[in-house]
Amino acid sequence: MIFQGKQKIWSDYQKEIPDDHWFYVRSCIRQGFFPGSEVAFLDIVRNKLDKDFFETEHHTTCGGIAYHAEALPQETMMTIIARQFALMAEHGYENYVCSCITSFGLYTEVLEDWRTFPDLEDKIREHLWNSCKRELKKPKYLAHASDIIYKFRNEIAARAKHRLVNKFTGEPLRVVEHIGCHYSKMFPSKGVGGAEYPYVLAGMIDSWGGEVIDYPERRHCCGFGFRQYLVKANRGYSMSNTYKKFESMEPYKPDMIITNCPGCPYFMDRWQYVIAEQTGKTYGENGYGIPVFTYEEVAGLVLGYDPWDLGLQLHQVAVEPLLDKMGVKYNKEDKYKGKGDKLLQMPEFPMNIKCC
Amino acid sequence: MKRNVLIIGGGPAGIEAARRIRDYGHTPILIEKEARLGGHLAKWHKLFPDGESTEEVLTALTSDMEGIKWFTDTAIVSINRLKHLYVAIFSNGITVQADAILFATGFSLFPAEKKEEYGYGIYNNVVTNADLEHFFNTGNDPRIKDPKVIGFVHCVGSRDEKAGNRQCSKVCCATAVKQACEMKERYPDASIYCFYMDLRMFGRKYEDLYLNAQRKYGIFFVRGRVSEVSEDIEGRLVVKAEDTLAGKPLRITMDLLVLMAGMSPCIENPEIASMTGIHMGEDGFFMPRDLMLRPVESHSKGIFLAGAVTGPKTIPETLNEARAAAMAIDNYFKQKAE
Amino acid sequence: MIDFGYTLTPSSTIEIDDADLSLFDQLCALEPDALKCMSCGSCAASCTAGVFTDVNLRKVLLSLQRGCEKDLLFQLKSCMLCGKCYIVCPRGINTRHLILSICKIYNI
Repeated sequence: MIFQGKQKIWSDYQKEIPDDHWFYVRSCIRQGFFPGSEVAFLDIVRNKLDKDFFETEHHTTCGGIAYHAEALPQETMMTIIARQFALMAEHGYENYVCSCITSFGLYTEVLEDWRTFPDLEDKIREHLWNSCKRELKKPKYLAHASDIIYKFRNEIAARAKHRLVNKFTGEPLRVVEHIGCHYSKMFPSKGVGGAEYPYVLAGMIDSWGGEVIDYPERRHCCGFGFRQYLVKANRGYSMSNTYKKFESMEPYKPDMIITNCPGCPYFMDRWQYVIAEQTGKTYGENGYGIPVFTYEEVAGLVLGYDPWDLGLQLHQVAVEPLLDKMGVKYNKEDKYKGKGDKLLQMPEFPMNIKCC
Repeated sequence: MKRNVLIIGGGPAGIEAARRIRDYGHTPILIEKEARLGGHLAKWHKLFPDGESTEEVLTALTSDMEGIKWFTDTAIVSINRLKHLYVAIFSNGITVQADAILFATGFSLFPAEKKEEYGYGIYNNVVTNADLEHFFNTGNDPRIKDPKVIGFVHCVGSRDEKAGNRQCSKVCCATAVKQACEMKERYPDASIYCFYMDLRMFGRKYEDLYLNAQRKYGIFFVRGRVSEVSEDIEGRLVVKAEDTLAGKPLRITMDLLVLMAGMSPCIENPEIASMTGIHMGEDGFFMPRDLMLRPVESHSKGIFLAGAVTGPKTIPETLNEARAAAMAIDNYFKQKAE
Repeated sequence: MIDFGYTLTPSSTIEIDDADLSLFDQLCALEPDALKCMSCGSCAASCTAGVFTDVNLRKVLLSLQRGCEKDLLFQLKSCMLCGKCYIVCPRGINTRHLILSICKIYNI
């Protein structure tokens, strides 16, 4: 691997990310999958970095899942998106940042479609006015929330309580970065680092002391793929893709995986359990899995947040081995305690994959 | 009356045209932006279909340069048209008046790193066709270390609208098969795979080259474009493609991957076009006045074209165009004199 | 084992790394013309048996070259050795002889 070659590509795919005043929109599914991530993001940017991130309860789904499952026509999806943009403008913002990769891909696609077919934009503008009497105003800048964390990666590193370094050996942690397909595969110039060698997560890992692993199936989809997963009979395809990735990364002995998509961390986390139960195979050390994180969770750990406040107890694969390596202190008894120390339900323990 | 003909580009087309123009009794002035004459040919080792040495071809071409004024390391700064003349200023400060100009500016090799998924400049063992010819010439390339499995990827930056080149580069199929055979001769134990979309072995004896590659050298051909390349933990290349004849995806680990970078329009074409009024096709190559009947004349009076400047060509085709251009220029002067 | 209602799907990828080409090498030593095939499909298009069965010499030959012949070799059992493919092959491959050699080496 020629590192300078990658640097050259990274310098070719730089994207302008304003450093303040963003209209933030949450994801439909991430709050269920990784409930601590978006809260942590807002806390980091607002309270640690002192930035203005605004959100409104009137924001809805972007329609992405229904659109990709072919249950929602394109014009309907575009009108929903036009409404989100209108909300942003009504609150006086022109920088739009979303938490979800599918939304980000869709927003990018829609803006590009409108740029290519201005008639379509006019039509949607009309739809929006007719349906909710709102005025479409397109954002000046569009970013994914991982772009923001990427932008502030060095500020976060400067405040780091823990680094991505194995405290037992002093070696950098070996980190697999997995980018959501809809981040830059459709429009390489809209993502930090492009589509083939994205830098958005690799940059965070570099800044926070870890070592990025580039393995043969790095670019491959996590397997979610909407229709593969949504129809139960097809889930084998979804899992087979995840399996392919794990088989490919296994020789590198990764300590952790970091992702920037709602689906990827979920499936890479949960499928490890199903693969273990079906084949007996696990990919971490000593019968554990490889813990999978969102970038907000990792940023949170680096900044010293309590792992249970970050929602890490909701992961299938146990995160404790990684917390130990990073030197993150945690209280075992508190793992399944929710807000106000209310005990959450205890999960059943799987047979073939070790959990704490 | 002796006339000055400015020939821009000192590759095979420019050299051959200069000689012929001199033979017609005119004064050729040949300029080449690089340090030596020969263009891309000077960097190559052997030519298809018979493995003729480029050095011999170049030596023969440049054996008789008497009466030709030529400058290397020299580029054009400006070209202006006076009534019947062109005034050109060179980067070395010289100004010439030319009665006619021949553009033999050729092509630019497609920058293989633009096909990011193939990892040229990122993975250690990915090279281009030009790198391989350099290796054949010098025997020196740290990336080539007794490879056991070798791949050739045809159409890198050719027939690829996303890479900005819709056209077929014409010469890469034959070059790939030639290079595959040469590698097999150097490394008889290696397994060699050519990944092609269509094998365009159009010229005389090219089909024999293909047949030899199959029968004599045992080169395997996979009909399918390589989709992506990555590196495994040992630093070997993992290459993925679709075997379209088997109807299945295919994966293979290799020690060396050669990218057949195609012919792109010369990167200076837009600038030249705006300076001279030469028409540029939507593919970026120059348009002759008539593709069938006037292939070496441009739309601008007194400006002629030869070689790959009007599209990918083989060496013999290029040399023939140079001769045709010399004749067309001579005819142009004769008509002017009448 | 838990029944999830779905399982890992086997990969259809041709894995050349795992291909054992030793039998194919034997075949080529005996029938060097096996390497001359350019997959034009004339053999399969003119095949008498191919109209009624799966036999497709082009595909079989390609599968030998890729080391994934297991699923296709049985096809040759339907060949009646009529020789039409020999007549049409533009590369002049003695296909009848080739088929017999394949049967011998691959033990069909």
